Amino acid sequence: MELRIDMTDEVEVVEKKAKLVNPEFVEEVIKAGAVSVNLCWQCGTCTASCPSGLHTAFRVRKLIRRVQLGFMDEVLPADDMWMCTTCYTCHERCPRDVKIPEIIFTLRNMAVKMGYMAETHKKAATLLVKTGHTIPLDDKAKALRKKVGLIETPLTTLSNSEALEEVQKILRHTGFDKIVGA
Amino acid sequence: MAPLRYPGIESAARAVLSALDVQFSDLKDVSCCPAPGVFRSFDQQTWLAISARNLALAEVQNADIITICNGCFASLFEVAYILNNDREKLDEINAILADIDLEYNCTTNVKHFADILFKDIGVKKIADSVNYPYKNLKIAVHYGCHFLKPSNVKNIDDPERPMILDKLVEAVGATSVDYMDKNRCCGAGGGVRARAKEVALKMTADKLENIEKAGANCIVDICPFCHLQFDMGAMELGKTNIPVVNLAQLYGLAFGIDKSKLGLDIQAVPIKLDKG
Ligand code: SF4
Ligand code: SF4
Repeated sequence: MELRIDMTDEVEVVEKKAKLVNPEFVEEVIKAGAVSVNLCWQCGTCTASCPSGLHTAFRVRKLIRRVQLGFMDEVLPADDMWMCTTCYTCHERCPRDVKIPEIIFTLRNMAVKMGYMAETHKKAATLLVKTGHTIPLDDKAKALRKKVGLIETPLTTLSNSEALEEVQKILRHTGFDKIVGA
Repeated sequence: MAPLRYPGIESAARAVLSALDVQFSDLKDVSCCPAPGVFRSFDQQTWLAISARNLALAEVQNADIITICNGCFASLFEVAYILNNDREKLDEINAILADIDLEYNCTTNVKHFADILFKDIGVKKIADSVNYPYKNLKIAVHYGCHFLKPSNVKNIDDPERPMILDKLVEAVGATSVDYMDKNRCCGAGGGVRARAKEVALKMTADKLENIEKAGANCIVDICPFCHLQFDMGAMELGKTNIPVVNLAQLYGLAFGIDKSKLGLDIQAVPIKLDKG
């Protein structure tokens, strides 16, 4: 069997990948508030501490590195960063004080703005826009509240349409209704 | 979460605070905190503004906020912290609140139910209120992530070796058992339960296995979202031998508060505890 390596292919692949690097990405992330991202020196303490990484392919150290290197197209559309439960274990243990969950929130905000949002998350967001809460007050919830001796409808935006209108005004101001398509 | 999914936790907390002579009233017209894992992930400015409205409503009434949920605590406490320390952000958020004629002046204190019990009321007074001690109960406590972390912001207890909740459950005469990875996450947060339930459940399964190995009779938590994850998770995983109990429900039982107020039977895994 003859072993041939086609170098032109390999060069093409590398060139193609290199084009995907966006050197401005890390600056955008920093500008959006995640100022600690470049402090990371890749020790891996975060990945070793991550409960989600035990069960998924999510590697938080690599996520930070991808941001530093500008691999925006690998980061923002991917499921990976949505596997973080925001447990803050990495935040507590990082020897470089990298505010990891803060970075993840910032990245998620960017992804959502680009339209990457799970359907289940859209549902929760839509409920906030419609009711001021993320869980519906249905007949079952009312019955349970009554059963334990509480008033059926809590004294929140659920019982005052003017209060709900205030919340909706805020959501229109920040453009949240549009961001989540509610 | 508590008012609409586990109202027994809300009514138990009200009854327990009353039994301990804590003055409180309902903060009217508030909305969802809003839930940190999802809304902070979607749009931080919205998260700040909606939460700031809740903080400002408390400020108008000159009241502190007590939360019975780690999620509400995370949003309200951390938003208050951010706005206290970032003048520019505060101005931006107040420009949004101006639409509804509201302004936030950074005077609202946000406290977690468990923190009030431990620091303001104290274990001694709680132990004195116990009429039905649980001497043989072995409890696996679950702090949840956002009660103590990020610790540079919260500054309540050691995030790796906390003791507040252990001491609080021992006030009813029970033993708090150590178990592997005691301070690990339940799996639900950050929008993971909603987006990838199977991943969340794997983390819950780890917790349940470690808790079972330690010989605990129940889990005691201080967050209705962790509570949901343990309670529904137990059903979803087919592992229903260890019920999850909110601290307020445990105190309700130990103080002898009317059981109908505690919501013991409106969970997927009903609460039954042996006094022994
Ligand atoms: S623990 Fe901190 S310094 Fe180490 S890899 Fe993770 S983010 Fe980087
Ligand atoms: S905060 Fe997220 S990334 Fe960090 S350890 Fe927890 S789950 Fe992993």
